[in-house]
Formats: sequence, structure tokens, C-alpha cells
Amino acid sequence: MENNLIMSSSPHIHTNSTTQKIMLDVIIALLPAAVAGGLLFGIYSTIVLASAVISAVLAEWIFEKLLKKRNTTGDLSAVVTGLLLGLNMPPRIPIWMVCVGSAFAIVIVKQMFGGLGKNFVNPALAARCFMLIAWTGAMTSFQTPFDAVTTATPLAIMKSGAEGTMPSLMQCFVGMKAGTIGETSAIALIIGFIYLLARRVVSIKIPLAYIASFAALTFLFGKDAFDAQYLAYQLLTGGLLLGAFFMATDYTTTPTTHLGMIIFGIGCGVLTFLIRRFGGYPEGVSFSILLMNLAAPLIERYTVPKSFGNRGGARK
Amino acid sequence: MAATFKGGFHIRDRKELTNEKQTVRLPDCDMHIYPMRQHIGAPLKALVSVGDKVKVGQKIADSGEFVSAPVHSSVSGTVTDIKPYFHDSGSMVEAIFVENDKEYTVSDDVCPKDYKSMNHDELLSVIREAGIVGMGGAGFPTHVKLSPKQKVDYIIVNGAECEPYITSDHRYMLENADDIIYGLKVAMKVLDLKDGYIGVELNKRNGIEAVKASKEYGENIHIIELKTKYPQGAEKQLIKAITGRNVPAGGLPADAGAVVINVATAVAIANAFKTGLPAIEKNVTVSGDAVKNPSVFRVRTGVPVSFLIEQAGGFANAPEKIISGGPMMGISQYNIDYPVTKTTSSVLTITKAEKTYDPDAPCIRCGRCVDHCPMRLMPMKLVQASKKDDVDMAQKYNVLECIECGLCSYICPANKNLLQFIRMIKPEVMKKVREEKNNGK
Repeated sequence: MENNLIMSSSPHIHTNSTTQKIMLDVIIALLPAAVAGGLLFGIYSTIVLASAVISAVLAEWIFEKLLKKRNTTGDLSAVVTGLLLGLNMPPRIPIWMVCVGSAFAIVIVKQMFGGLGKNFVNPALAARCFMLIAWTGAMTSFQTPFDAVTTATPLAIMKSGAEGTMPSLMQCFVGMKAGTIGETSAIALIIGFIYLLARRVVSIKIPLAYIASFAALTFLFGKDAFDAQYLAYQLLTGGLLLGAFFMATDYTTTPTTHLGMIIFGIGCGVLTFLIRRFGGYPEGVSFSILLMNLAAPLIERYTVPKSFGNRGGARK
Repeated sequence: MAATFKGGFHIRDRKELTNEKQTVRLPDCDMHIYPMRQHIGAPLKALVSVGDKVKVGQKIADSGEFVSAPVHSSVSGTVTDIKPYFHDSGSMVEAIFVENDKEYTVSDDVCPKDYKSMNHDELLSVIREAGIVGMGGAGFPTHVKLSPKQKVDYIIVNGAECEPYITSDHRYMLENADDIIYGLKVAMKVLDLKDGYIGVELNKRNGIEAVKASKEYGENIHIIELKTKYPQGAEKQLIKAITGRNVPAGGLPADAGAVVINVATAVAIANAFKTGLPAIEKNVTVSGDAVKNPSVFRVRTGVPVSFLIEQAGGFANAPEKIISGGPMMGISQYNIDYPVTKTTSSVLTITKAEKTYDPDAPCIRCGRCVDHCPMRLMPMKLVQASKKDDVDMAQKYNVLECIECGLCSYICPANKNLLQFIRMIKPEVMKKVREEKNNGK
């Protein structure tokens, strides 16, 4: 027998799950929200999404080309970053701003720190906050779906009594309200999230802890405490669902331990409540997640699970 | 609800290649090779020299130490050579070559023994003299295992067989259910226990039925259905599933009041009493996609693996990988000349070796290794420690508790082969622990 045997350390088999497949699952899970955004806000919003994705991939490709690094666009993580950023954009944002934002997310936040798996904050969220500060006007100008009448978001109306009519809860649920491209349709986000859970891409721990802690605080200490309708509005409007489902579950910038995930989620919930209730902004999801991203390594360090042999219970 | 532990993962088991097939007895093989290392413990000395005649069941190598197990000839014939030879551990091991005269004359020492009339020490002595070791692959001498320092409450037969492909124990359950329970009863008598436990994964339902249908089965024999999940057959995970107890870090199963023996070991114990034959025969699964006819063979030890592959129809395709043991914890081989020993449970032949390491892909911190680690460790932290050569960090994250099941490597979407890095730092941590211990004295 001709001997071409391969020697290697065990194990000798490997799962067929890959980084690329995980990213593809996340993209699939974001598609309902993207489609809903396109239907609600028209063709221009779809162009915004497309340019966010294309510029993110292009930014990664050019950066790696310039630095003579291996091309990693094939892992699809840049597509996810671009798509998430696009979904966080107001429907009428100028395209060039989107491109700058995407490049910022990829180059400054992700690649400068070593690329996939090394960034310390969520690239899409960091870019969104950067854009919020750089172009406050464009980033806070929202329209109603279909007729594109400029209006305030429901959260802004609730917070400061800004000009505009409140949509009904049902309208909020399907997405008939002002907001960013991807955040308005709760039902689309929920469908996508169920897909992610079914595919076991993410665990429910962080979103559950996030939404439950935020809901509890809002119900007890909100502007209209003990008001179920106010609570429902708080949950269904703004970026809470988009953030909790898809941003706070980002692998790289969240703890990997079970207890850590719960603490992370509660932290996000508390911060979102504090910002929405007492802060200057009507919306606090982005900042909350970003702040908790920074705390993630610390949380992970203090929530190392007790190993099998150190849990006690040898004799009962 | 099937009993189980926290963590782990169901791996596609591919047992369908062999689990329906009756165990095949092998034709005569001309040369049997007996490495003098088929156990964990003190090294053996040959009791025969070149030219000697030997018989079936005759002891050909032994040591005076307690922690060791003798090796016996599985055929009758002539000793032709004693020299270092291939061994599935990868190193060359001194081995005794016996030319088979195909008469199978049984040694005079071989006679049935009645375990019920024997006392504790006599029972242990029979088990030791039969050369019985952990036949699942570990090779720890069984009589040592059955002599725990403290009183134990559980004796468990491990029928989980959680490694993909392997169906050796499954076939034992279907064809030798009496022997399994008989062996368990001997172990119960040694440990002075009234009840015995057999844990079987639920992918072997007909195995469970077969054991329950055995004439030896009774109400003091408890068959525990285990969830089909890797590594359900790892000793500590099995004990957890059946007793709810955690073996402490650095401790032995006896520290949790349990002793675990493999199905094949129980069968070997039964043989040692029923017929008096020592551990010279065992089931070996020859499987994978490179052999024409995957089968489970009842093998006399010492047969070269090349002979087994011939009997399995030879190679259908040129294999890229030959593995002794299962695909998760087995050892890859560089030839097929090594002989079957007491601890060989399977030979896997793989046509297209799967890529198990990608040096370029980064860890995306998905946390799957943390989620599924059966020892509740954080494998990716251990890899970080290993890459930095940080012994303290590895120790802090309990690297010595790693049972090297390989699940973290299997499950990693970035294909990081974490276990390989963990293996690199482990000896350094052991060295540090040993030095600290010595300095303390």
C-alpha cells in the first residue's frame, strides 16, 4: 500500500458549521427587517441598505489590500456589519454619509483592532453613534412610512411631546411608524430572531435579560408607571428589539459565559431605561449596548463558570 | 427523561455502518504479535524466550508490581521473536511474536472458577491474573480499579459508547448480554455492593432490550438510559448522569463513591470465571468509508490491523487517515502493521481526512466551546494561555481538568483545533504543580 497517511492530533472529524455559515444565518435573519424597511420607506431606503453593505465590504477589501493582509470579505462579517448599520439609518439619509459610516465601522472600529473577533465594540453601533454626532440633523430626521411626511419618532413624542401623531400599538407592531429603516417593524424583527434561535446561532439569554429588565424598570419607574400601554409603546418603538435581538447578541463584544450574558443583558436594560427616562436623548439602545460592550471583558472575567470538578457534590 | 450531564453535543454517529451486522469471527492468522505494554502501570518482563512453545491463555509477560496486568497468548504455537514493534500509541514497544500452529491448544491453567464461593482477595487475584484492563481504551488495570481506598456506593458498567462509528460494545450487548451482567455481578461481589448499574445511550435501544432479556438480569441490575450525546461515555460525565455526583478536580471516581468499568471489561471478567480464559479476545469495529465491508470482528489479540482490513474486504479507496479508536479521541496511525491489543476498540479508515485546523481563521468568540465543554471549562481562554505560554493563566482556568474529549475542536466554527493548544500547555502546568508539591515537602 502506498502510504500517504495523514497524522494529526485528535479529534479527526469536524462540524460543518463555519464562521461564514453563521454570518449567512445572521444575514438571513435580518432580511425580513430589510424587506419591511424597503416596503415601508420605498426604494431609496433599499439603496441605503445596499450602499451600506457594498461600502462595508469594499472598505474591508481595500484596507486588507493596502496592508497586504489576507482577504477576509468571504467570511461575510462585513456584510453583516454593513446591513446592521444600514438598518440603523433614517430612511432619507444621504448616501455618502452611509458610505463614510460603513468605512468607519470597518476600518476604524473593526480592522484597526485586528479584524474579526478582535474589535472591542460593535462596529455598526459605534459607526451609528459616530454619525449621530457628526451629522445630528440628518441622523435624526425621520419620516412616516409611504407618504414620507417628516415627523418625530414615537419615542420623541412620548418623551418631550414633540410634534407628531402617535401611531396605534398595532401600527407599531407591523412597522407603520417613523424610525430607522430596520427598527420599525417589530414583527419582521421577531421573525428574524426566531430564525436565529432555531438555528442556534444565538442564545436567548441576552435579549431576554435585556428586554425583561428594561420592561420591569419602565413599568415600575417609567414616566407613566404601572401603565401597560405606555410599556408596550416603549417596547415596540425605537431600536430596542433590533438592538436586543441583533446587536446585543454580537459574539465578539459580549461575554461568552452564561451568567455573563445575563448580567450583560440586565446592564443594557438598566442603561436603556436610564437614558430613555432621564437622559437627553429619546433613544438609548445604541449607547447602552456600546457601554456594556466595554464592560464585557470585565464581566466575563468575573463570571468564569465553576469547573466540573470544583462544583462540589462528590458525596451526597 | 434520559439521564445526562450538562454540556456536550450530539455528533452524527455513523454507527449504522456496522451496528446491524453480526460479529464476525476471524479465520486463522499466521503471526500474532503481543506488545508488552497493553495497560497503564509498571512495565512487564517477558516470561518466554524465542523458541518456546506457548498455549492459548498462557501468561507470556508479567510484572511483580500491583499496578500492572499480565499479557497472555491468544493462540498456541512457537515464540519466534521478541523485539520492538509498532504500537498504536505511535512509539515502538517491545513485543512477543508467536507463530500460530492453528491447533488452539488451551493452557492447563485455564479452568472455570466459581466466583460465588471465592472471597474478595481471591476474586481480585483471578481478575489480575486474567490480565484484565480497561478494555474501552484506557487500559487501567481492572483489579486496581476494583480496589478503591474508600467504600464506594456505585458500580457502573459503561455502555454509552459515545464515540461515532464504534459499535463494539453495542454488539456485545446484543450477543453477550449474559456475560456483561455476569461480569458486573462479579464486580458487585468484589465491592460488596447489592446493586449494579449499566448505562446505555438511547441510540442502542435494542441493546437495552437485549440486556433486559438476559437470564442474568434481575431487580438489582439497573439499566440507565442515557441521552445520546458526546462525551456521555466519559467516566466523570457518566457518573454525573447516573449518580448526580461530581468527581472532584484531580480526584478519582472512587472519590465520588463510584467505580466504572467498560462493557468489554465486564465481558472479559465473565470469561475469566466462566471459562477461565484471560483477556485474549475482544470486539473490534473496523469501519469508515475506506474499507469495502465495515464490520465488527471478534478478534484474538495480537492480530495485525492489516489482517483485519483484509477481512473487511480490503480498501475500497486509498485511505488518507487510519485511526486507532474513535474519530474524537483516537490516535492517527502511520501504518496498518500495528497489532490489536487489549485496548483496541476500533480501527477507522477515512478516505478524505477532514480539515481539523485552520491557522488563519480568527476566533469569533461565539462561545460554543464554553457552552458545550463537558468539564465546564473555557477552552478559548486555555488556548489564549497556551499561545502566550502563560502557565498561571492556564492553571487559573483549570486546564488540568480537561479530559481531552475534543469537543471544543470539533464544534469550533473557526476550526481552531483548541484541544491541540490545550495539550501543549498541559504538561507545563503539570510540571509546575509537581514542582510546587516537591518544594512544599
